[in-house]
Amino acid sequence: MKLSRRILVHLLLLLICVGFIGPFLWMICTSLKTAKEASHVPLTLLPNGLYLHNYKRVLDNPSFQMMLYARNTLIISVLATLGTVLSSSLAAYSLAKLRWRGRTTIFVIMLLSMMIPFQVTMVPMYREFRAMGMIGTTLPLWLPAFFGAPFFIFLLRQFYLTIPSEMSEAARIDGCSDFGIWWRIILPLSRPALAVVALFSFMGSWNNFIGPLVYLTHEKTFTLALALQFFDSRAGGANYELLMAASTLVILPIVVLFFLTQKTFIQGIATTGLKG
Amino acid sequence: MERITGRQQVTGMLFAGPYILGILAFLALPLTLAAYYSFCNYTLLQSPVWVGLQNYHRLLHDHVFWVSLKNTLVYAAFSVPLTLGASVALAILLNFPLKSQAVYRTVIFLPSLVPAVATALMWQWLYNDRLGLVNHLLAPPLSWLGAMVADVEGLFGAGAKTMAAWRNIAPPAWLNDPRWAMTAVIFLSVWGIGQTVVIFLAGLQDIPRTLYEAAEIDGVSPFGRFLHVTLPMLSPVIFFNLIMGIIGTWQFFDVPYVMTGGGPKRSTTFYTMYLYQAAFTQLRIGAASAMAWIQFLIILVLTGMAFASARKWVHYT
Repeated sequence: MKLSRRILVHLLLLLICVGFIGPFLWMICTSLKTAKEASHVPLTLLPNGLYLHNYKRVLDNPSFQMMLYARNTLIISVLATLGTVLSSSLAAYSLAKLRWRGRTTIFVIMLLSMMIPFQVTMVPMYREFRAMGMIGTTLPLWLPAFFGAPFFIFLLRQFYLTIPSEMSEAARIDGCSDFGIWWRIILPLSRPALAVVALFSFMGSWNNFIGPLVYLTHEKTFTLALALQFFDSRAGGANYELLMAASTLVILPIVVLFFLTQKTFIQGIATTGLKG
Repeated sequence: MERITGRQQVTGMLFAGPYILGILAFLALPLTLAAYYSFCNYTLLQSPVWVGLQNYHRLLHDHVFWVSLKNTLVYAAFSVPLTLGASVALAILLNFPLKSQAVYRTVIFLPSLVPAVATALMWQWLYNDRLGLVNHLLAPPLSWLGAMVADVEGLFGAGAKTMAAWRNIAPPAWLNDPRWAMTAVIFLSVWGIGQTVVIFLAGLQDIPRTLYEAAEIDGVSPFGRFLHVTLPMLSPVIFFNLIMGIIGTWQFFDVPYVMTGGGPKRSTTFYTMYLYQAAFTQLRIGAASAMAWIQFLIILVLTGMAFASARKWVHYT
């Protein structure tokens, strides 16, 4: 590539990156300002100093128990991830490798159901969980995960189709049961795909807002996303230095998780788009 | 066709069992219930009372329903092409073999990790009319431009009033202005394109180099190569992202709910937001269920249209 062209692309990308990272920097800068600085006209870009008191105020706030919400979110996300990985993998194995009448029907239903947004079934689902006395508990947020998630079943099915059947057939001849084949051959071989499913379902659950908004009624059970919105609505569009400190704290764990799992993550997204 | 033994049938169904139960409990039953409720007067507090088509009939005359439908369609019409175009362009830029490529890619991807609530709060603050960064950066060039227009108009003998209006031009109040709030939300959708960009990047990397080399030897210009190699080869990925985009816009809820609450003057009330309000703040379960079914049908029609058009422009090799 010519040098002039290379410089042009660099400049363009740098400019775009400033636009993408700017909001983060602005959030962090605001979180380090005193209330007076944050609402000062004309506004200053950088804070006067490293004023960490906002973070302390957010963490010490008795009506915003960050650690409790983080724990709630973590428990829900871990359970939902566990459920999704187990049930989706079982269903995907059945759809990819086992022969039975009706499996094509189930596969078509699965494809169609990927087009149905949560909001379409939200109201009757609420009714169902109410009938089971689960409103106000975290159960509706992770229990359904144990009954399969169409998108992830699809993803895993496509992956299982690439595993040669000779392997499972050989195990079968050696007297291995279907469950044994799934547990000892399919699961270990599909570790990269399972990692993608786990990561995505964890993220989806961690960032989920409408679910907790609909099902959670007690502040003690709130997730981070819901608590953050609650914090905001109580602040009533004021105290942005505190809101930005709280937002920074909520975003931080996900960014850390991303940097720890970057490779799986990017590959996962790339494959989800292409197998379709 | 090969024979399936009873044992095979049972094993297959057992493995798919949890999911089959899931389909029944979390798909078939809710859809049926939603259909039933949509013909009922139901508040969750008493049992549903059959009222026939009343909910649908009332929705047809419900101003907010039409506003929310219009808003969602306007948002989709602008944000889907905008994000698709921006994603393809960015993916091409990020595909250039540069040293700091990995850093650029990470930066572009970061926003799509942020929980929607946090995104909404960040942008609420950025769009703040007095203290927001957006207007802080927009004001100087805008007033410079305004002064210039005023001067030019002055040369052509414009009145003092028009000139003063140009000189005092200020950036909009974004989320506080019903004329600008939707624009602000549409712009915001570009910030979260990281995932789409990654999918396009993978698509670009799957295009065989030989195609480009052949085109280059034939003397095709870089733009011609983009038009006749990149776009057709990328079309299945564009199609996939188009479908995801269509479904995504009908799911759009969190960001406007937190950022604007649907306002000002309902200018950012999206379809699902009204559905949520009808169900959980007004307890009009019947109306909300009718809306859910209408939404389901709209998505079916739109994706059906996309699939029908695919034959004309999507190239599968």
